[in-house]
Amino acid sequence: MLKELITPQNANVFVGKLGDILYKAVDQPLGMAINWGRMWSLWPVHIETACCSVEFGAASSPRYDVERFGIIEAFGSLRQCDLVVVQGTITRKMAPRLRLVYDQMPEPKYVIAMGACAITGGLYFDSYNVLPGIDGILPVDVYVPGCPPRPETLIQGCMLLQEKIKRMKAR
Amino acid sequence: MSTAETTPPPKATPPEKVEASAPSFEKSFIDQITNHFSDDVEVEYIKENRTRVNVKKEKIIDVAKFIKDNTPFDHAESVTGVDFPEDKEIGVIYHLGSYTDPAYSKQVLALATRVPREENPNPGNDSTKLSSLREIFYSVEFHEREIFEMLGVYFEGHPDNRRLLLPEDWADLPPLRKDFTNKGR
Amino acid sequence: MTDKLIPTKQMPPGLQVDQVDDRIMTLNVGPQHPGSGHMRIIVRIDGDYIVDADPDPGYVHRGEEKMAEARNYILNIPHLERPVIHDSCNILYPYVLGVEDLVGIEVTERAKYIRVITAELNRCIYIQYWLAIYGIFLGHSTMFMWPAGDRELLIDLMEKITGARVTHSYFIPGGVRNDVPANFEDVCLRQVNYFEKRIKEYADVFYDNPILKARTEDTGVLSREDAIRLGTTGSVLRASGVDYDVRVKEPYDVYDDLDVHTNVLKAGDSYARSKIPWLDMIESCNIIRQALEKMPKSGSIRTKLKPNPKGKDEEVYRRVESGRGAAGCHIISKSKPEPYRLKLSVGSFRNLIALPYLLKGEKLGNMPAVYWSLNYWPVEADR
Repeated sequence: MLKELITPQNANVFVGKLGDILYKAVDQPLGMAINWGRMWSLWPVHIETACCSVEFGAASSPRYDVERFGIIEAFGSLRQCDLVVVQGTITRKMAPRLRLVYDQMPEPKYVIAMGACAITGGLYFDSYNVLPGIDGILPVDVYVPGCPPRPETLIQGCMLLQEKIKRMKAR
Repeated sequence: MSTAETTPPPKATPPEKVEASAPSFEKSFIDQITNHFSDDVEVEYIKENRTRVNVKKEKIIDVAKFIKDNTPFDHAESVTGVDFPEDKEIGVIYHLGSYTDPAYSKQVLALATRVPREENPNPGNDSTKLSSLREIFYSVEFHEREIFEMLGVYFEGHPDNRRLLLPEDWADLPPLRKDFTNKGR
Repeated sequence: MTDKLIPTKQMPPGLQVDQVDDRIMTLNVGPQHPGSGHMRIIVRIDGDYIVDADPDPGYVHRGEEKMAEARNYILNIPHLERPVIHDSCNILYPYVLGVEDLVGIEVTERAKYIRVITAELNRCIYIQYWLAIYGIFLGHSTMFMWPAGDRELLIDLMEKITGARVTHSYFIPGGVRNDVPANFEDVCLRQVNYFEKRIKEYADVFYDNPILKARTEDTGVLSREDAIRLGTTGSVLRASGVDYDVRVKEPYDVYDDLDVHTNVLKAGDSYARSKIPWLDMIESCNIIRQALEKMPKSGSIRTKLKPNPKGKDEEVYRRVESGRGAAGCHIISKSKPEPYRLKLSVGSFRNLIALPYLLKGEKLGNMPAVYWSLNYWPVEADR
């Protein structure tokens, strides 16, 4: 019976429909599962760049526990991490090191710019040693404004990143 | 008593003479310094617990050694560098404090000197040089390195005159000079 | 010299790789490291022992002093408090006292008491965060969670007064910005009593802990003569046997009316340096209670300045005891609304010189314990 269904004339249509079925049945749930895994275990690199690191540390404290979202900042090696939270002002001395850290991380990786200084230079926009925002060196996913942002704002930034990951293509 | 190069620019209030206003406690160590060095220093009593000694840059090592050995001031708290482009000089001020003697714990002695300043600085190779006080007050090591990179004053005798805070590829004027301005200011 | 490994001409300056010698290896304990903070330390090691340590600060150097020359005395307040955002009152204090001397205004009694209370609260908030990061460096995660959680009690108090968790911008020349809320004294007293009860529990969990003692006792010993000669300040000095606290020796605002006891330990090792800030916190709670009792119940809290205040043509140098040590501010003014030169002399920068001195001969594993015990906040030292 299969031989009557698949004739040389409609074999390509059959292959196309089979691809459709495979995509809906296997690839899309697989993608959702992969994205779900990535969303709920974002591990940030342990790099503290400037004064916003105090509020990032406070976000891991027992009151604003960010660990319940899977964001655990306790890893020594950056080869296992997938999130860079750029906390605060980036100076011209720190910029090449930050880029080096970003390049050494494996894909997929995400960047959150935390604080007004990381977005546009903030209060220090006219100083001689300060980079006006990190857009020029890193591709930023989420901007978290504030000087410094409250820990709840940072957690909201992480949740926005999670929604962005949910919409991304998994591979 | 004062020499022309080291007098700071005249202040709005008339400079008070040491004999008239210094209370007896500060007078004791002020007199020690003036009696030993007579013409080379100018000692002023600014206000309570703050005294200032102006020296020429050639005599700074002798004065500092004298202060360390004969008065209870035993460490340098901070070192400030100031740029005076109108006088064509750069001032370096050491603030000295005392930890060992409880009677001197409020006193801060400011040891001030000036070095000549050039229009196009070449840090390390021009006339803006000063003898380092590191052998006498060890705590000035990192402060002097910072003044070297921020103002271009080379400290002779300092083992390690290199950058501390600025990026390694800084190729501009020393930042704290008045001719270097931040963008837009 | 280094062509065997990586062609160093391609790497930007500061990131070049050194040759591996026969015995001595150069390691970067760099800005991205769980045990280094915002600083790099270039250590040269022979096996497990450190031969030479070279600190490389400046990763957060934002040019505060240059920026201060272009802004007037009031506009300088927000950016001058950012070197230590959670201890912002203590780092603004010498600046505010200096400007008051220059412009010539008197502060009311109630404002002085409020300043003392907020300065002591900020000192506790800073020391708790320092203890928390010390826990991370030593791998003791309870030592991160407990202080980080307990300091939120005091941050709530600061938020009630000033409206912000950190970087309050609360002190201005002439007093403080706004008054404390209505029944603040009772709330503060209750909160501080509970806080003191909590931190007294640290004695058993942290300071009697055999692992902490084994890691920090007898490492990085700083003798009394060396502490004086190196010009160290704050808890590093008091842990080596020198009795010096600016609040007692040169009292400012109302500290001469309050009873401040200085804690001194004689051992000079990392364990003593980690214990002195905790004792200072308990002392701060006593100071806050005394100040709450003695504070005048009503009164103005701010002396209005003329618009665009100009300083006199003179210099001032004022000192204050901050969480890290004696913080000083040297202002040279020339009858203009902006300062001619503003220099912040901060406790962290003064203690930095002890780092290469103490690390020679230490094992590499002891480096985080010694380095952070020097009460060093890298953002402040870079200004």
